[in-house]
Amino acid sequence: MDYILLTIVLAPLAGSLIAGLFRNQVGRAGAHWTTIIGVGISCALSFYVFYQYAFNGAPVHNETVYTWMVVDGLRMEIGFLVDRLTAMMMVVVTFVSLMVHIYTIGYMAHEEGYQRFFSYIALFTFSMLMLVMSNNFLQLFFGWEAVGLVSYLLIGFYVKRETAIFANLKAFLVNRVGDFGFILGIAAVAMYMGTLDYYEAFERAPALANATVVVWGDDAWSLMTLICILLFVGAMGKSAQVPLHVWLPDSMEGPTPISALIHAATMVTAGIFMVARMSPLYELSETALSFVLIIGATTAFFMGLIGIIQNDIKRVVAYSTLSQLGYMIAALGASAYAAGLFHLMTHAFFKALLFLAAGSVIIGMHHDQDIRNMGGMRKYMPITHWTFLIGTLALIGFPGFAGFFSKDAIIEAVHFSRIFGSDYAYWLLLSGVFVTALYSFRLYFIVFHGKGPRHFEPHHDVHDENGDAEAQEHHPVHDEPKPHESPWVVTVPLVLLAIPSVVIGYLAIGPMLFGEYFDGTLTVAPIHATLSEIDFHGAAGFILHGLSGPAVYLAAAGALVAWFVYTRKPNIATDLARRFSWIYRVLDSKYGFDSFNQWFFAGGARQLGKVLWQAGDRAFIDGAVVNGSARSVAWLASVTRYLQTGYLYHYAFAIILGLLGLLSWFVIR
Amino acid sequence: MSADWPILSVTIWLPIIGGLLVLMSGDKAPNVSRWAALWVAILTFVVSIPLYAGFDSSTAQMQFVENVPWIPMFEVNYHLGVDGISMPLILLTTFITVLVIIAGWEVIQYKPSQYMEAFLIMEGVMVGVFSALDAMLFYVFWEAMLIPMFVIIGIWGGPRRVYATIKFFLYTFLGSVFMLVALIYMYFKSGSMGILAFHDLQLDLTEQILIFIAFLLAFAVKVPMWPVHTWLPDAHVEAPTGGSVILAAIMLKIGGYGFLRFSLPITPDASHTLDWLIIGMSLIAVVYIGFVALVQQDMKKLIAYSSIAHMGFVTLGFFIVFMIFARTEVDSGAILGVQGGMVQMISHGFISAAMFLCVGVLYDRLHSREISDYGGVVNVMPWFAVFMVFFAMANAGLPGTSGFVGEFMVILASFRADFWFAVLAATTLIVGAAYTLWMVKRVVFGEVTSEGVAALQDINAREALVLTSLAIAVLALGLWPAPLIEVMDASIGNLVQHIGVSKL
Repeated sequence: MDYILLTIVLAPLAGSLIAGLFRNQVGRAGAHWTTIIGVGISCALSFYVFYQYAFNGAPVHNETVYTWMVVDGLRMEIGFLVDRLTAMMMVVVTFVSLMVHIYTIGYMAHEEGYQRFFSYIALFTFSMLMLVMSNNFLQLFFGWEAVGLVSYLLIGFYVKRETAIFANLKAFLVNRVGDFGFILGIAAVAMYMGTLDYYEAFERAPALANATVVVWGDDAWSLMTLICILLFVGAMGKSAQVPLHVWLPDSMEGPTPISALIHAATMVTAGIFMVARMSPLYELSETALSFVLIIGATTAFFMGLIGIIQNDIKRVVAYSTLSQLGYMIAALGASAYAAGLFHLMTHAFFKALLFLAAGSVIIGMHHDQDIRNMGGMRKYMPITHWTFLIGTLALIGFPGFAGFFSKDAIIEAVHFSRIFGSDYAYWLLLSGVFVTALYSFRLYFIVFHGKGPRHFEPHHDVHDENGDAEAQEHHPVHDEPKPHESPWVVTVPLVLLAIPSVVIGYLAIGPMLFGEYFDGTLTVAPIHATLSEIDFHGAAGFILHGLSGPAVYLAAAGALVAWFVYTRKPNIATDLARRFSWIYRVLDSKYGFDSFNQWFFAGGARQLGKVLWQAGDRAFIDGAVVNGSARSVAWLASVTRYLQTGYLYHYAFAIILGLLGLLSWFVIR
Repeated sequence: MSADWPILSVTIWLPIIGGLLVLMSGDKAPNVSRWAALWVAILTFVVSIPLYAGFDSSTAQMQFVENVPWIPMFEVNYHLGVDGISMPLILLTTFITVLVIIAGWEVIQYKPSQYMEAFLIMEGVMVGVFSALDAMLFYVFWEAMLIPMFVIIGIWGGPRRVYATIKFFLYTFLGSVFMLVALIYMYFKSGSMGILAFHDLQLDLTEQILIFIAFLLAFAVKVPMWPVHTWLPDAHVEAPTGGSVILAAIMLKIGGYGFLRFSLPITPDASHTLDWLIIGMSLIAVVYIGFVALVQQDMKKLIAYSSIAHMGFVTLGFFIVFMIFARTEVDSGAILGVQGGMVQMISHGFISAAMFLCVGVLYDRLHSREISDYGGVVNVMPWFAVFMVFFAMANAGLPGTSGFVGEFMVILASFRADFWFAVLAATTLIVGAAYTLWMVKRVVFGEVTSEGVAALQDINAREALVLTSLAIAVLALGLWPAPLIEVMDASIGNLVQHIGVSKL
């Protein structure tokens, strides 16, 4: 097992190094072959490992690879923990990654930096595997930041584009805000549990369940609440939860394949994975769970709303991702860790599918991303159309599709939750179903139905701000008047992702949510066991049960409204936007997070820096103290200089004066 | 342990004598002096390797000891030796010097032999500072160190070099005078100039506090700590690239080393009494200086300020020891803090050297350090951009690079002293990334902004060699810090035990 696991991790790294460092020697084809072989090996072995754990009952693998350092009684190691949770994540990560690698051959065919791109996504696969396979907090943090680094490099892949290099800096810094909390959480674990190893920490945690710490004044805080919330701040950054969500929409500046891989399927779910992995800790703090639940539900609903008014195809899907991440996080808050992970898995497939299909549309539109310029694409891109529709149905929770099972399970679980905030969360998540269907089908109808595509010529002059950014100036002039289906390297991954988007929910819900798949991996306290309150009689029964609940009808309503508004009466949307212009403005400004951050944090930090530098360093320390003392010395010297004029009569005069003074002193005394 | 031959003396005197020979060779054949200097530097590095290879990491005793009378009348000895604290710093010195010689190769056209000679002498003197176990010898090396640096900035420096050199000289000299007074006082008290004898010297609290403050003035200027840091940005801006590299990579470490070798063991009670002061100054360095770095327009100034912020972690790690001792619910963490500070010093040696060399690469081409003069460098210098982004990430403390290790250890340790120390220290994750990556964004990324940038040539083999060596060091220390931790472990454990015992 040791060598298999090491190979899984190192094969993509080797591919990445070859493609990156020897980019000129291997050439374009060499770069995609080395990385695809590396990730392919990793994917095949991951399936093997998954098979061993899921069906052959392989024992949990928890071993050290090497000791990073031992200091002051604290062991810091690099090691792997593989159990069924890890095995599932490994399969999801490597499979989606492999699909994206293949897809990229088509998507990036005419781009510069082809080798660099493959090097980065293979490096990402390595980093993500290090993250999910870790058996300790140190390596978790290593993977956590490493995926952040690759995300930074890939969002800024188009290095010349101002919006891209703004977005990547923003993404890195916002993630660092999350990591700021995360590292403090790790420090707390190291201090109070005396270890960075997961299993040791989980063993020692129950003894600390009632421990308190004094953080401010005399208020005693529950230690576990402090630890869990600090760690969750990290998850909020990585999994883009309000208010640290601001980087994810901007991350769409990166090429579409990485939006699918990093900003939809894998990296952004790291926070969900982490909280689920830490379930033995989170179960000890109901306050932390409530916090998680409320943040998740808020993100799920309010980010979905913004998706309704976006006009950039990728941004719609990005807001959808934010909203779905909110669902997963809410599931964790309701202690339905399995449901959160289940949604993570189904979402990875259908959201990667949606992004890649959107990318295929973008290829067809010659890198125009504005959906107002699209329309009627189903005629030109049949495979893209059908796979996109499958992804949409899975996303809105059409009965029988993957998303249906996972989302319904989450809503049910939150419904059964009794912790603080669960009612709030339940209503938001339920309303969110309508919103999801509305924005998803709005996108679907606008892009694939109706007339169009409008302005379809290589150099069109009507641009949205964001669409313009993506349009490549030097794009080859296209003679063909109509868009056409993408090449097979693009469509094959779409089809391969469409299959699990349909069937994976039906197949996996039994064992994952209500079976024993996660036994021994996830910890759920009996009073939080929301999932076990759901009446489950097989996947088919779950569908029937779902038909008696409100969620399915809300989804249907959302889809119907979208159909009516965007295909029958397109002016309703503009009417509504005008009549409720304040709502539109609030949504269009994304609730003002971006402008506030830009003004308060970015502007404030620069202002503070200027004041400290000019007033503190230059005026006070250098001006007053350092140069001031130099000036005082100079002044003193200039004064005392008058005493030494070099004229004999001055000295003689001084002697006489002194003599007079002394004599008079003697006389008067 | 002692070897058959005086390794430390050779490491000190080989570059000094070699430097004088290079100087005598004159500037008629600059390549001869360059090669000669390079060979001397490489040979010195090779000579210093047995210090690591033959090092016994199981003991805190001084090793490779040489002790002969020097001025018997005053009990002054030529006493050298290293432990786990000084040995890594010596290797850092000999390693960085080789790179600095290579980095100055054809860049320095004006009096190249004197330039090379200054760096070689500097190297020997700095090794002397780290290995001296006699206070008089230490002081001689300590002051001697100023001269080559004074010359380097004063001759090969920028337009305001005279202001910078005088500021540098006065600042550091002012500090060291008080240190001399303290040393002489302890000499009269103990009848010996041995630093190790000072460690066991009984001093009452008033004496300790006065001595502590005298040392503080000397070391805080060197580190430099807020508020006596303002000489550093000026010195860096005016210094030639090589001077900046030595200054940031090694000279600053002498301040940190001084705290470990003098302040903490000689005056443990005063250190305890005044630890709030040092911790406060360190946290201000981390937070305040971070914001100041954010608004710098000059790349070298930005990196200089970043150095001050990073050195704040060093002093923070050293002085939280007493607060960790005081917390009964915590049974360890003191060693973690001191080790973290040491790792941070070594790591900063690599990273700051690399960052200054990166700026040097740009400066050699465009003769500007202003951020606004650049933009889109990646388009014309792709390999340079790889290094620049890599070292920037290391500077921002990315795990997997050495920059993470020390910061992580110090944050972990300071959490044990006080939650809010850790909060303030951890802000570097955000602020450090902000100033470093914002600079990278403006310099490296974007469209090519000017004709000057458009004409830039990518790094040549010589520059690639230097930067690759540093990149390997940064990665190695980041991925596997255990070897460094192991050599320091016994000495730092012994030190922490020593300062845990009151002298009162």
